[in-house]
Amino acid sequence: MIPAAFDYYRPKDMEAVLSILAEHGDDARVMAGGHSLIPMMKLRMADVPHLIDLQDVPDLSDIVVSADSIKIGAMVTQADLIDHAGLTKAAPILREAALQIADPQVRYMGTIGGNVANGDPGNDMPGLMQCLDATFHLVGPDGARDVAARDFYEAAYMTDREDDEVLTGVTIPTPQGGYAYEKQKRKIGDYATAAAAVQIVKDGDTCTFASVAMTNLSDTPIYSADAVDALVGTKVDDAAIKAAIAAMLDDIDPSEDNRGPVAFKNHVAGVILRRTIERAWSRA
Amino acid sequence: MKDEISREERVDNLKGMGCSRKRVEDARFTQGKGNYVDDVKLDGMLFGDFVRSPYAHANIKSINTEAALKVPGVLAVLTAADLEPLGLHWMPTLAGDKQMVLADGKVLFQGQEVAYVVAEDRYAAADGIEAVEVEYEELQVLVNPFEALKSDVILRPDTVDENGKAVDGAHGPRNHPNHIFTWEAGDKDPTEEVIANADVVAEEEMYYHRTHPCPLETCGCVASMDKVNGKLTLWGTFQAPHAIRTIVSLISGIEEHNIRVISPDIGGGFGNKVGAYPGYVCSVVASIVTGKPVKWIEDRMDNLMTTAFARDYWMKGKISATPEGKITGLHCHVTADHGGFDACADPTKFPAGFMNICTGSYDIPTAYLAVDGVYTNKAPGGVSYRCSFRVTEAVYFIERMIEVLAIKLDMDAAELRRINFIKKEQFPYKAALGWEYDSGDYHTAWDKALKAVDYDGLRAEQAQRVEDFKAGKTRKLMGVGLSFFTEIVGAGPVKNCDILGLGMFDSCEIRIHPTGSAIARLGTISQGQGHATTFAQILATEIGLSADSITIEEGDTDTAPYGLGTYGSRSTPVAGAATAMAGRKIRAKAQMIAAYLLEVHDNDVEFDVDRFVVKGAPERFKTMKEIAFAAYNQAIPGIEPGLEAVSYYDPPNMTYPFGAYVCVMDIDVDTGVTEIRRFYALDDCGTRINPMVIEGQVHGGLTEALAVALGQEIAYDDMGNVKTGTLMDFFLPTAWEVPNYETDYTVTPSPHHPIGAKGVGESPHVGGVPCFSNAVQDAFRAFGNTHTNMPHDHWRIWKTANELGLHD
Repeated sequence: MIPAAFDYYRPKDMEAVLSILAEHGDDARVMAGGHSLIPMMKLRMADVPHLIDLQDVPDLSDIVVSADSIKIGAMVTQADLIDHAGLTKAAPILREAALQIADPQVRYMGTIGGNVANGDPGNDMPGLMQCLDATFHLVGPDGARDVAARDFYEAAYMTDREDDEVLTGVTIPTPQGGYAYEKQKRKIGDYATAAAAVQIVKDGDTCTFASVAMTNLSDTPIYSADAVDALVGTKVDDAAIKAAIAAMLDDIDPSEDNRGPVAFKNHVAGVILRRTIERAWSRA
Repeated sequence: MKDEISREERVDNLKGMGCSRKRVEDARFTQGKGNYVDDVKLDGMLFGDFVRSPYAHANIKSINTEAALKVPGVLAVLTAADLEPLGLHWMPTLAGDKQMVLADGKVLFQGQEVAYVVAEDRYAAADGIEAVEVEYEELQVLVNPFEALKSDVILRPDTVDENGKAVDGAHGPRNHPNHIFTWEAGDKDPTEEVIANADVVAEEEMYYHRTHPCPLETCGCVASMDKVNGKLTLWGTFQAPHAIRTIVSLISGIEEHNIRVISPDIGGGFGNKVGAYPGYVCSVVASIVTGKPVKWIEDRMDNLMTTAFARDYWMKGKISATPEGKITGLHCHVTADHGGFDACADPTKFPAGFMNICTGSYDIPTAYLAVDGVYTNKAPGGVSYRCSFRVTEAVYFIERMIEVLAIKLDMDAAELRRINFIKKEQFPYKAALGWEYDSGDYHTAWDKALKAVDYDGLRAEQAQRVEDFKAGKTRKLMGVGLSFFTEIVGAGPVKNCDILGLGMFDSCEIRIHPTGSAIARLGTISQGQGHATTFAQILATEIGLSADSITIEEGDTDTAPYGLGTYGSRSTPVAGAATAMAGRKIRAKAQMIAAYLLEVHDNDVEFDVDRFVVKGAPERFKTMKEIAFAAYNQAIPGIEPGLEAVSYYDPPNMTYPFGAYVCVMDIDVDTGVTEIRRFYALDDCGTRINPMVIEGQVHGGLTEALAVALGQEIAYDDMGNVKTGTLMDFFLPTAWEVPNYETDYTVTPSPHHPIGAKGVGESPHVGGVPCFSNAVQDAFRAFGNTHTNMPHDHWRIWKTANELGLHD
């Protein structure tokens, strides 16, 4: 657990960050909370000769809650998300999910930007961002650009972000209706065996809108449009939930690990999604 | 002189046995002022670390250290070739086998030490490791002991003759090159005959998976050879510092008086820090070569992957009974996976430890046990992990066999235990596999436990739950886990317990200071057990000085008397006894001094809390403080000045703590998630020295039991890769996963121990594992389950439910 030698940078503005990235290309990495990158460096699984710490870069730690959208800076920690009353009111699913990430010590350091940008399929925020239809804000040598969260993830640790770009924040449309984030894990601090995020809108007794996303059941987070289709327009009865689960199972592709074999993960994914839908629906 | 305070207050002031004295260690631990081995920092200190094998079984074709030696800060790279001229490329293990210090031509497990890089700092050492080039030739990997016993692949060519035939080992004949020993206890033929003719026989095969003690502090040392005075000082995480000193002397040739071994504060041991590791040997050699202190500290992966593991027992049992449930015979065969070297930490005559306590708490007239040890491509070790030498395995085995027999008999498992318990009047009880249990009152403990949890109510609730489940009203099953365990601790009588020939006595040396305070030194070493607190309490009661006035010191072989260290719950049974006996020597001399001062005959004074009083005249007394001052400063005819004593205690027998545990668990059959609703633990550890410390020990041991039963394992894939080498996958419970524990007790003192104490550190682990496991298994009993192997993590529980058709 001793990293290889590296140079440490702590630039004061984004311009300086980008110039270091431009100079060193993929030999440089930006670090937000460092709770994924530093362990990888200590295990010598990540070779980062130039480490750029973002904590002195201004304007990355704001939470702005507007009437129809919420903007969260990349350096906002999970603890910040949990503690922000306005955010909890506008998007309670964020707090519910953040409370299930790792443990309090990690949440004081771990950031939403690092969580979504790292591309680790085990992270919870990427799945949640699928559910909330977030937009990720990137900045690079050619200026700023936005990418839909649902288009961002390509494979494990592979994203649409270029090596010379920095993810600066996320914007989500203010979520509507009932919500739930359910996560099964082996112990505190663990990645999900299976997790599901659901937002759902009820009009009378009919579902008029739904969003369904799954975590750690493929090499990317999964937004299941077919599961959504199975729910919208129904009364979210047993048949609709079964159809949604079946649709979701077609979309995920879990692999065996110490959490268990594929059959178990598929089964648990279905159970967790059912519970998530039922709880979200009960809150809708 | 008028007595100022009441006798009751004098007792309170003493803080002796039976009081929940706060731990004196905690002031420094809770303020970050502990002094652990990694806190030892010496001028010019170097750092050593290992190149480790990525393969589980491979020949080493070549090792090229050139590039590593060019890394700035790297001073030396040691390989087996460098150690061979010193005869240190192999070292003896505690089990009578030998182990490579550095890979000698081949590697036998993933993570094995291949080369030792010495550098000016840890970073340079890590860079040096990366630069060492090792060429491996992969060999067929054997991770299953049954396959190893059939394989043509010879893991240890050093243990066969020129024809490839296994030569006899430390524990007798070997029947295959990968076979280490066969060890037997009890009577084979009569047992088999009883079982063959029995009305009822239950059989089961169970695998007690490999796990690891995982102390929070990993292993490490600092070796410092002073070339001027020829003295070697070795700080380290040693559970047995004197034994380490003797071993270092024997293998290095340095005379024992020139070796000082110091165990500073130790952050948990649980058996992991009993043995000798290559890191110690290499650090000593590196310090001798460089003339500078050398530090070696494991990281978490090193610790989990290479230092002493626990369990890995494949157990096959048969238990016979009458139709009414009276047990008539027990047969057990174990295939024991010892890894690449037999480095088990067991008394020499017990290569399978005290597995022959596997008749448990029951009056079983006929029994037989055979254990076959096997080499595989896994890490060596086989330590106790909070149990005295395989007692966890033994108790798990019998407590599972009882449950399996209850299923066969269609009987309540609590009742089956009750009708087979050894009765109070049968003690001392000679068990069929050889041990003589010192004392016990199992029925009283069992009745108290079952009453405390409303056992009948639990079974009624469980039956209703099964009905509700079948009716589709719930997806959660309820398990009631029972265990009744008998421990065997306090190794041990020198007549049958030694490690590498070192008798397993222990010791205490007491010096009373003139002003009536004291220092006591012991051959043991606390790793969190709170010895500085509890041993002072024993002494306070024995010698009448307040525990607050008594310093307890352990762990420095230059000052402490020789002892075999702390593991296997032996400190209180053995060193605690030595402490009491040494205290009694102090008291005997104090009595003579008191009598002289009071101008009466020796027999006319008697000890009372903190003083000697004249019999029949309690107003005439001398306090122990007064006596201490007189001992040094008053010329007393016929009595030497001073007040000191030493005792070396060779226990006449082991001690046999016991307990009754009940766990109530809910299980979600769809996800495999368990929820422990209640855990009740009744422990009988004989005389209770400090109830608060006992409770802490029980909480800790139960938590480690929960870990082992519900998910903690060292798992290997077919290629011998460790799949659980970090705390992400190796389950170490936190406050989040741990339920509330209810603790309770009965007191059945040990008849042969000076204060009647039996030891408690391991009991909750030994009894806890089967209790948690039985709760899981019991939840599925109504659906046809007889046995499933641990660890009961989510997916394995889910698999059980799935195989029982509960997901259909």
